[in-house]
Parts: sequence; structure tokens; C-alpha cells
Amino acid sequence: MSGDDRSLAVDFTVCDGHGLCAELLPELVGLDEWGYPVLRAATVPAGLLPDARRAVAACPVMALRLSR
Amino acid sequence: MNLDTTDTLTPHAPEGLRPPVSPYGARLLHGWYETGRPAGLAEHLDLYGPLPRAAADGALVTAVEQSGLTGRGGGGFPTGRKLRAVAGKRGPAVVVANGMESEPASSKDETLLFLAPHLVLDGAVLAAASVGATTVHLCLARTRVGQERQLAQAVEERRRAGRDPVPVEIHTLPHHFVSSEETSLVNWLNGGDARPQATPPRPFEKGVGRRPTLVDNVETLAHLALIARYGPDWFRETGSPETPGTTLVTLSGAVRTPGVYEVPMGSPVARALGVAGGPTGRLGAVLAGGFFGSWLPVPLNGVALGRGAGVLAALPEDACGLAETAAALAYLAGQSAGQCGPCRFGLPSVAEDFAELAWGRPGATLLERLNRRLGVLPGRGGCRHPDGAARLAASALRVFGDDVLRHVRYGPCSPAHDALVLPVPPARPPKEEEWR
Ligand SMILES: Cc1cc2nc3c(=O)[nH]c(=O)nc-3n(C[C@H](O)[C@H](O)[C@H](O)COP(=O)(O)O)c2cc1C
Ligand code: SF4
Ligand code: SF4
Repeated sequence: MSGDDRSLAVDFTVCDGHGLCAELLPELVGLDEWGYPVLRAATVPAGLLPDARRAVAACPVMALRLSR
Repeated sequence: MNLDTTDTLTPHAPEGLRPPVSPYGARLLHGWYETGRPAGLAEHLDLYGPLPRAAADGALVTAVEQSGLTGRGGGGFPTGRKLRAVAGKRGPAVVVANGMESEPASSKDETLLFLAPHLVLDGAVLAAASVGATTVHLCLARTRVGQERQLAQAVEERRRAGRDPVPVEIHTLPHHFVSSEETSLVNWLNGGDARPQATPPRPFEKGVGRRPTLVDNVETLAHLALIARYGPDWFRETGSPETPGTTLVTLSGAVRTPGVYEVPMGSPVARALGVAGGPTGRLGAVLAGGFFGSWLPVPLNGVALGRGAGVLAALPEDACGLAETAAALAYLAGQSAGQCGPCRFGLPSVAEDFAELAWGRPGATLLERLNRRLGVLPGRGGCRHPDGAARLAASALRVFGDDVLRHVRYGPCSPAHDALVLPVPPARPPKEEEWR
């Protein structure tokens, strides 16, 4: 794993299925039939980091997280 | 027996203290086989010898690591590693003994707490001393009133004897399937609901009162009490090298003498069924590990007990495994803490699909939909509740594959409407105030 890689995670205890993350980061986030995010990969490639950060910031309940 | 001689045994020098020998190779249930009744403190110390001196010098942590003891609460995590992690944190720690036993098909913790309460309490205070904890919280299910009374007496007996390095507090919590998950216990002890919480932080990092917290199953702690007395080599004398020691198993369903038994870890499932008198007739499958476990096909072909919760339920050949699973899934769906979307909506959807499969007229798209739903449950909850339910459902589709095809083609078989073999509680979701 390179230093730039970050891992994406959803705290499902607070996520309320707004689906905003899937709109902002469709490459990595899909939605299940109930509207909750399904991560396609846990590791964010460097090129998608800006989008990932934007999605994290946009989540209204701070359920989406980026960490090392 | 003499309560006044302080024995300064270290876990590595068990000279002079001879492990009790039970005719059945039982360790935790040794007293039961000796006397046939619950052991009071004096009798307990007669059976197992005095409580070893407990110190935060790392000796017990090392002994437990060497013993290979793994958690008996269902997860099978190495206990020594968890002790080491808590001991390595700054500040006084907390020990939580998990005696909640919410798994409907299990009664091993209840049995152990009834027959050998002091073995569990020994383990809890020894674990506490070894990780530098100043309190032990023993968590019990609120519904078991007699159990609380008995344990309170045992704790009082010890307090009067004045030998415990750490005080034990008893708590009675709401009794739901997920309220016994470790973060539920911690959150409840911190004044919140007994509902699972998002991790990290895990309890060993930040638990009760924000302190590093060791949560262990009561059976795990009882084994630890014996390792502290007789050492890791003795512990490894039974079981398999990868999974040493003994384990309690609740055997139910189509066996001659259902009940709680103690068997070597890694025993072949067929041999474990034999301990309960063997099957009453031809079996269709065996549920291993309880409602979070997996169906095993028969013939069992030497398959061994895993590390999961010690539960084996034998399903007779003429019972419907799909109906059993559908009922268990409806119960599990009702027990969701309702916090996480995939658990709150996914589990009821999967349970409805299964009900359609077991008792309805399954439509052409049912299996495809069910498989897709099962694929998105694991890893998508605050706790592993959805993972466990998905595992049970997937194993049923695998093991009862022929029945699935029959149900899809012809509708429910007649045993699908028989009384259930599994002890499935009513699928009633807890009310909001019942999480407190
Ligand atoms: C939904 C759920 C229910 C659980 N119920 C119990 C339980 O009733 N008793 C128990 O000891 N562990 C239970 N666990 C496991 C605990 O979270 C925890 O891992 C365990 O108490 C740790 O002890 P051990 O390492 O000694 O096994 C449950 C876990 C989950 C996900
Ligand atoms: S934006 Fe946040 S709340 Fe909405 S679906 Fe994504 S993670 Fe969940
Ligand atoms: S996965 Fe289910 S039981 Fe676990 S925390 Fe989320 S809602 Fe509660």
C-alpha cells in the first residue's frame, strides 16, 4: 500500500442513507436497494482522493470516513 | 481447607497444586461430577485449590498467551493477546465479565455460573489483577432473577473472606440478542442503551468510563482461573494444538440426553453428539455455533467443533431445515438494534425471502434476490449481527440445496409446518425503552 492510499469506511450506526456519497464518488460507492452505500473498494486510489475527500465532507451526518 | 494460607503460586510453578481429575476429563464441570451440586466458596477451594496470588507482573498474561486459550463467547479471539493489549494501555483498566448468554440455543454460561460461580469470579479477579484493573463488572441478563441472587451471594461470600484483590459489581442488563455484544455492555455501563456502538474505539482502547476495558466471556474467565492455578502446559494437555483445552457445549435437538457438556476443543462433532447419548435417529443436518453459526451436512465426515459459540443442535432427517432457518432469521431480524440501514432493512428482507422459501410459493426471482441480498449484508453493520445472520442463511441454502429446489418447484414440504426443533423465541422487536 502506498503512502497516499487511504481507506474509506462507513459508520452504519449513523449513516441515514442520503446517498450523497454515491453521487459524489460513483467510482467507489454504490447504493444497495435500501439506499445505503456499498463500497466497491476499501482503498482509495490516489487519483480519486480529492473526490473522496469531497464526499466525506459532504456527508450530512459525518458517517463517511477516510483514514490511513 | 484453610482460607488463611496465602498461596504464592506463579502460573509456571504448579508444584503442590494438583489439578482435579474428573472421570469425564471435565475441568470446569469437575465439581458437578464430584458432588452434583453448585459449589460454595469453601467447596470450590477444596476442589481446585486456593486462589493463586494475583499480580500485575505479567506472569499470568504470559501464561494465558502460552496456553493458547481463545474466547468462548463466540469470536474465538486469542485471550492472551487481548489481555496483553489491555495491560499495555495507560491508566487503570476495567474488566467486564460477559455472562449475558443471549444465544437462544445456548445455556452453557448459565450452567457454568450456576454450578461453578467461584471459578468464573476467580478468573475475573485474576484477569483484573493481571491487567491492572480496579473493578470487575459482571453483566447478567435481567430476566434471570435467580441467577443474580445466587451470584450476589457468591460475591458477598468472597467479600467476607476478604481475599479478592478487586471488587466485583453485578449488573443486570436488558436481554436482547445484541445487548450482549461487547460494545453494548460498555455503552450500557456508561449510562446509555445496551445497543452496539460503532468501532473504533474498541473497548480495549476506550471502554467503561473511557478506560481500557477487557471484555471476556464468563467461560473464558473460568478457564483462565485454571491456567493461573495449573499452568499453560496443563491447559494444553487436552484439545488440539491449534485449539487447546476444553469447551462447554450445549447439545440440543435430536440427541438422547440434551444438555450442557464439556468436551475437548476441536472434538469431532459426531463424537460430541455421542457425549449426549448420540442421535435419536437419522439426522438431516447439525447446526453448529447457534443462530450465528452454520448448518453442517450429514454425514459429518469427521468435521470438528470450530471456535464459535459452543452450540450443537441436531436436526432430525424428517424436519425442514428451511423452516428452522426462516424462523431463526425472523427472530434475528426482530433483534436488530435498528441503527444501521443494512441491518434494519436487510435482515427483515432476507427473513421475508426465507419465509417465502420455507412456507410460501417462491417466485422465479426469489433465489437470485436472496443471494444478492445475502451478499451485501456482511461487514455493513456497526456490529457483526448482519454477518452472523447472513452466515446462517447462506449455510442453509448450501446444506439444504435439494430442499430449496423442491420448495421452489412444489411449494412447502409437509414437515415445514411441524413444530420447530430449534428453540426460536418469538420475533418481537424490543420496544424503545427496553434497551435501557
Ligand atoms: C450480536 C452479538 C451477540 C453477542 N453475544 C454474546 C454473548 O451473549 N455472550 C458473550 O460472551 N459474547 C457475546 N458476543 C461476543 C462479544 O461481543 C465479545 O466478543 C465476547 O464477550 C468476548 O469474550 P471472549 O473473548 O472471552 O469470547 C456477541 C457478539 C455479537 C456480535
Ligand atoms: S452521504 Fe453519508 S449518510 Fe448519506 S449515504 Fe453516504 S455515508 Fe450515508
Ligand atoms: S448491525 Fe444491527 S445490531 Fe449491530 S449495531 Fe447495527 S443495527 Fe445494531
